[in-house]
Amino acid sequence: MTRTGTTAPTARRTGIGRLRGWGGVAAMAAACVLTALIALLPLQGAGGSALPESGSADTPRAEQARAEECKEPERSLPASGADGPTIKEIKTRKDKPNKLIVGVDQNSYRWGYRNPSTGKLEGFDIDLARAIAKDILGDPDDIIFRAVPTNQRVPAIQSGQVDMVVRTMTINCERLKDVAFSTAYFETGQQLLVPEDSKIKGYDETLAGKKLCTAAGSTALSELEKQAYGADISTTVPNQLDCLVRLQLGDVDAVVTDSALAAGQAAQDPTVSLAGKPFTKEYYGVAMSKKAPDLVRRVNRILEDYRKDDWDKSYKDWLADDLKDIDGPPAPKYQD
Amino acid sequence: MTHPPNGSTAAPDAPDAPTLPAVPPQAPAPSTPPPAPLPPERRSAWSESTDRLRTAATTEPGRLRIIGAVLAVLVVAFGALASWQMSARSAAADDVLHRSQPLSADAASIYRSLADANTAAASGFLAGGQEPAGVRKRYQDDMDMAAEKLATAASNSKGSKTTTDQLTLLGKLLPEYAERIETARTYNRQGLPLGGAYLRDANDLMQKQMLPAAKKLYDAEKKQLDADYADARAYPWAAIGLGVVAIGALAWAQRRNYRRTNRVFNHGLVTATAAGTVVLLWLSVGHTLAWSNLNDSYDNGVRSLGVLNDARVSTLQARSNENLTLVARGAVTVPDGPDEGKDAYDVDYQKQMARLGPNGPNDRSGHLGVARVLADDDAGARPVDDAAEAVAEWQKRHKAARDADTQGNYDVALARVIGDDKPTGDSFDKADKALEKALAHEQSDFKDAAESGRAAMTGLPVGAAALAVLGAAGAVLGIGRRLSEYR
Repeated sequence: MTRTGTTAPTARRTGIGRLRGWGGVAAMAAACVLTALIALLPLQGAGGSALPESGSADTPRAEQARAEECKEPERSLPASGADGPTIKEIKTRKDKPNKLIVGVDQNSYRWGYRNPSTGKLEGFDIDLARAIAKDILGDPDDIIFRAVPTNQRVPAIQSGQVDMVVRTMTINCERLKDVAFSTAYFETGQQLLVPEDSKIKGYDETLAGKKLCTAAGSTALSELEKQAYGADISTTVPNQLDCLVRLQLGDVDAVVTDSALAAGQAAQDPTVSLAGKPFTKEYYGVAMSKKAPDLVRRVNRILEDYRKDDWDKSYKDWLADDLKDIDGPPAPKYQD
Repeated sequence: MTHPPNGSTAAPDAPDAPTLPAVPPQAPAPSTPPPAPLPPERRSAWSESTDRLRTAATTEPGRLRIIGAVLAVLVVAFGALASWQMSARSAAADDVLHRSQPLSADAASIYRSLADANTAAASGFLAGGQEPAGVRKRYQDDMDMAAEKLATAASNSKGSKTTTDQLTLLGKLLPEYAERIETARTYNRQGLPLGGAYLRDANDLMQKQMLPAAKKLYDAEKKQLDADYADARAYPWAAIGLGVVAIGALAWAQRRNYRRTNRVFNHGLVTATAAGTVVLLWLSVGHTLAWSNLNDSYDNGVRSLGVLNDARVSTLQARSNENLTLVARGAVTVPDGPDEGKDAYDVDYQKQMARLGPNGPNDRSGHLGVARVLADDDAGARPVDDAAEAVAEWQKRHKAARDADTQGNYDVALARVIGDDKPTGDSFDKADKALEKALAHEQSDFKDAAESGRAAMTGLPVGAAALAVLGAAGAVLGIGRRLSEYR
């Protein structure tokens, strides 16, 4: 969400200016239609050229549409319980028929993690993936998990190696260029993880002079580069969990990562806890191919049910101990 | 033939003998006390003795005395120089055999133990919370071995700055590394992914600080070994040159003697010549023999040992990277450069494999390829071939495991790396065992050749000295006998 800000601000500013003049509702409707068009156009394989064409007819409108698209990337296709062509393909394909192939993490404690004592994957993401498999194919075990490293999430979807990725994946505009997302199933934000006796109270002046650890290339790091309150942010590590090692070894005073992952870290060390409120807002979504809008709609439908009951159960199982301030799942937002 | 030993008149029995420029070099002057019948005015000591010599050189007995003294000094100097140069070489050969090579072998074993411990730690980790006893023991043995060898190296090393620095650093990092591994184990037993993070951290410490330090230590010891080799192998040119001069002088003296007296042999001088020749021959033949043995021990021992050690460490590092690829499960990628975004541990595995070579049955590149070229006999070549074969098989299996992993079949990949049915671990073990065998073979090759080299120098220093004394005595007696004819 934060990274894509660079492409939009000018367009957004002029767009909003014009919007007021036109009267909001009609423009919003037009924008939403355009958004839906843009999302669907790649199906015809004309995604690249479609936008400039419509733009040449009416440039401000196109820019405005793009700005709208990036303003709320968590808006997804409306829910539908129908078995579309993608789902039919999953049920009848020659290789692994009637199995949902899901890309997951096996390193994120409480989210997607291979428990070494059982050899089984477990966590909040894993529960959700099983619920999706159960709804589409009838059994939560009709599923094949594929361990996908962070940087392979998008390629794995694009190559068709997996049907979907359920792996603490933040919905943002940049990723929307390559994959489609379901509605948000979890709200998170960058937050601080500190030892219990720490003087750090949150993302504020108490950070002055403290050493912070972030994962290289992470949202946390880019946020801190904008505003670090005088903290030393030179410590970066390959993986967010390495920050907990640095914290335990006393090399840093606090870890900055998103609250969901920070909760997974706090769960492994009872002497650290989350400090302050999250200072950004991000959503996790289920990522799927842009060529499978029927699957996206179906997952959105499944999520509607999942939010009612199962979400809370899974949340209590895995996250409630370490993530205290969450009341429930984020409400779904649709593109109309 | 009785002439009064009158120093003031020229010897009458030298009528037509060419008057040789018999003024010897000034050097031996102080050591020759020729009689001074006419003490001239006292001037400087130097001009006084030159004058005396000049005066002495005008009579035959005087000349003979000078010649005798010069010969004796030459022969003694030759013997002393030969003895001294050979004891230096012998001591250097001894150092090669008993100090610098063992020290460099110790450094190699520190290097290898550390790499091996790291590999064992990662293997044990992959096996889950319950580490297999064998793997745990291997780790512990490696750590013990490293600690022990570090202590030996610290007490035996010549103490160059590099060596001391690296030893200090390793001494500091070894317990730190062990602590991280223990933390990793503890978390792993609890089933927490933090264990994997600690293991990767320990691996970082090993790869980025400890192994480079161990390598520097190894290189420094290797440099000392090379220097000792150079000292032991240096030809004793000075001694040989002086030997040739001494024998030349003896020959000249005998020729002069023959010309003047028509006597073919002067027993003393012949003895002196014989002794000098024996020393010269012994010196050149003995050293040549030693030199060739030492060369052999270097080319077939030291160089092979060096490249085999490198091969073994590369094998170990490739294996620990292979394990860590599965421990990290894609959590660590290369941040930039041509391999950007690829799994960092797999990239390192590939690098080690490239270093290891060979890239085909007849390829002679990489550590294994070079080791194969250096292997001088069947017994040495066979284990290297075995290792190359095991590595080739390993790479094949690794590819299958890696393919399974990238497709998300973690279980399959894990089984192909540490399972029971033809895992890559088997190939690694085979390669490691073969390299161990090759190393043992080359070590004994080295020892044999270096010992023969040192043996070829045995007795030379003492023998040269004794013979030189004999030669000098012969020269003095020989000249003395001739001199007595003037009394």
